[in-house]
Amino acid sequence: MTHPSDTGPAPVLALKGISKSFGAVRALRDVSLELYPGEVHALAGENGAGKSTLIKTLAGVHRPDAGQVLLDGAPVVFHGPGDARDAGIAVIYQEPTLFPDLSIAENIFMGRRPRRTLRRIDHRATRDATAALMKRLGVELDPDRPARGLSIADQQIVEIAKALSFDARVLIMDEPTAALTNSEVARLFGVVRALRDQGAAVLFISHRLEEIFEICRRVTTLRDGAWIASEPLDGMTEDDLVRRMVGRDLAELYPKQDVTPGGIALSVRRLTREGVFTDVSFDVRRGEIVGLAGLVGAGRTEVARAVFGIDRWDAGEVEVDGRKLTNGAPSTAMAAGLALVPEDRRAQGLVMDMSIERNIGLTGLGATVKAGLMDRGAERSRSLDWAVKLRVKYARIADTVNTLSGGNQQKVVLAKWLATRPKVLIVDEPTRGIDVGTKAEVHRLLSQLAADGVAVLMISSDLPEVLGMADRVLVMHEGRLTAEIPRTDATEETVMAAATGRAA
Amino acid sequence: MTVTAPGEAPVTEAPQAGATRLVDRVFKMRELAILAVLLVMIAVTQAGNSEFLSEQGIKDLLLNATILVLVATGQALVVITRNVDLSVGSTLGISAFAAGTYLQAGGNPVAGAALAVLLGIGFGLLNGLLVSLGQVPALVVTLGTLYIIRGVDSIWVGSRQITAADLPGGFVDFGSGGISAVPYLALIALAVLVATAYYLRHYAGGRELYALGSNPEAARLAGIPVRKRILAAYTFCGALAGLAGALYLARFGNVDSGTGSGYELTVVSAVVVGGVVFTGGSGSVYGAALGALLLTSINSVLPALGVSSVWVLAINGVLLVLAIAVDRIVALRVASALKKRNARHA
Repeated sequence: MTHPSDTGPAPVLALKGISKSFGAVRALRDVSLELYPGEVHALAGENGAGKSTLIKTLAGVHRPDAGQVLLDGAPVVFHGPGDARDAGIAVIYQEPTLFPDLSIAENIFMGRRPRRTLRRIDHRATRDATAALMKRLGVELDPDRPARGLSIADQQIVEIAKALSFDARVLIMDEPTAALTNSEVARLFGVVRALRDQGAAVLFISHRLEEIFEICRRVTTLRDGAWIASEPLDGMTEDDLVRRMVGRDLAELYPKQDVTPGGIALSVRRLTREGVFTDVSFDVRRGEIVGLAGLVGAGRTEVARAVFGIDRWDAGEVEVDGRKLTNGAPSTAMAAGLALVPEDRRAQGLVMDMSIERNIGLTGLGATVKAGLMDRGAERSRSLDWAVKLRVKYARIADTVNTLSGGNQQKVVLAKWLATRPKVLIVDEPTRGIDVGTKAEVHRLLSQLAADGVAVLMISSDLPEVLGMADRVLVMHEGRLTAEIPRTDATEETVMAAATGRAA
Repeated sequence: MTVTAPGEAPVTEAPQAGATRLVDRVFKMRELAILAVLLVMIAVTQAGNSEFLSEQGIKDLLLNATILVLVATGQALVVITRNVDLSVGSTLGISAFAAGTYLQAGGNPVAGAALAVLLGIGFGLLNGLLVSLGQVPALVVTLGTLYIIRGVDSIWVGSRQITAADLPGGFVDFGSGGISAVPYLALIALAVLVATAYYLRHYAGGRELYALGSNPEAARLAGIPVRKRILAAYTFCGALAGLAGALYLARFGNVDSGTGSGYELTVVSAVVVGGVVFTGGSGSVYGAALGALLLTSINSVLPALGVSSVWVLAINGVLLVLAIAVDRIVALRVASALKKRNARHA
């Protein structure tokens, strides 16, 4: 392969000296970036490093305060997302941006529909063009079905089809793999490679470093809004990249302490919820971290929700410290010492418009009441205490949580539940979408909790995390527990075999 | 790692197409269901009172529905964009009085109707600007303009009243006349309804209203001129409220400062009963029109069956709650049907 960055073709899209501030926050400072046709370029950086702002600048959502966007070497100004699209730039955002009520065909051609006489929409041409795109991508999605209910992977396919439909020359993908299973990631990468080979420039963002190394040729690193380096990935190691992103050597990513497990803290017996999971039995001992692995949709989150009492179970029983839990009653689960840190922190873990202080305080409303009234002082000191313990980065404890980066939001959710001093902690995807630095801190924290005698059940789709942190790995496949693998025997192969139902 | 190239997604076509048809059917059924309820209701009434479907009876049914159908059509557009216009009753009232005053002074009926429409467009623009530029919830903004317009109306009109005797005879005759059982006014409403439905289905501007009601953020990212579209929806809604004011004048000939008071709630009920989802993005103007027809028919059905008209409000309320419950159940059903398909897909 030629190296376009040396002498070859000119960059299709370039940023020169871009700066952008939001109020007092300088999101980007003097950032430059060049995208060449036929390359997949990684954009790396911790949460809050300015990646999202950079993408939105390329997409025409934000206008830079200073600096230039160059398209084919000529400066351009995007007045809105429509301008960027007309310039051949397609963005696939982390959060899907489809219209749930409209058909797939309409989603793809929104804003640029084929017309017939009298400027009417040509529904048939729209549909046929969509069918052709789906064929080209090798997926079977009915152009007429509404986008509502599509899996994340299929939603991304629709977004990619949208990009193909206007022959995008630049494809920007913001953490496209965060919610995908391994086979879906493989399908996505197949599509990305095909696009690259057809001469498209792809800007790829992922927190999974191995993916960056797998599919990208060069990487641009941002730290705190500043450009750090743009360089080929050849010859770099994951540690090199992490050092660029974090600006320091990272303490070990999986700081698992050896602990001798104590008595059984959580016991789940023959738990069944019809059509969702069947006959699930396991124990978690004090001091133990038990990983719960499996493909997305295997029923892991559903088991956690039932154990905690959010959903009812149809058969079986759950004991915490020998105390039977009532079916469908989170309050008794909490009273028994169970805590659940949910998968979707924005929707389920936090009240986004409330302060850090009050979010952490939510689980302690009983403990911080004096004579029937809230003791605001007690709430504040309790929240401050935990925010400091977990090293949450914030300006003031009274700031709303939506001002925090994803990683810090996750810490607030953790603080909220740790403040209840649980005996059993269930964490669902504790590090999804958060940066390596914070990830290591969350791991250190989980390890510390286990060492202090808390029983931890960790649901995670991040295999290295499961292998690195868990004393034992439970694997679910299609609603059933298919394997229990001790730490010493757990490898990617054994876990994946069980997760895909190939286990012996 | 080897990568599966695009081209090997092992999915069969049949179940997908089947599920799509199911989903399609469910959405179309929503309008059919209202139509069925309406027809059953009318059939039962006719069985109990054979006078009900006389030529005059049908004419009355249609005349009663006409004004609500018009306003509901405009409201449906606004609700589809995930907004609401509560000021339609006030707009109708003030436009009717303005047109009446003009006609009273010897004005041309067509110009009078145009005046009412222009006034409606003005108030629609005001609402649209406040909602799209102010970034304030439509419920609050239009509640404000509801009172402002009604207030201006009260100050201007005072205790005056326009009666049919003040109006040109031809105008009043047009209001009650028709081609056999079909009133002229209903034909106007029907023409507006069909044109609106066609626009929504076949023009980019129409589909974009659904898009921005379905996911406002995605609409912005897709380069849809969100503010312009919302402004257009409100302006259209205002124009129809104004036109409805002119038709109200022609139909009843009697207008004062209280005309159209409280009408906005009937309109919103009709729209929701007709299956336009209050959270935007889904529903049709035909549904809204059927909802309007259903609600107004109940007014005629109860007296014809000898039931006291005090029941009307309660029955309207029940219908509204029922409609929302049905929509919710349908939504859940559809969601699970689509999920099942995903499971098969994966």
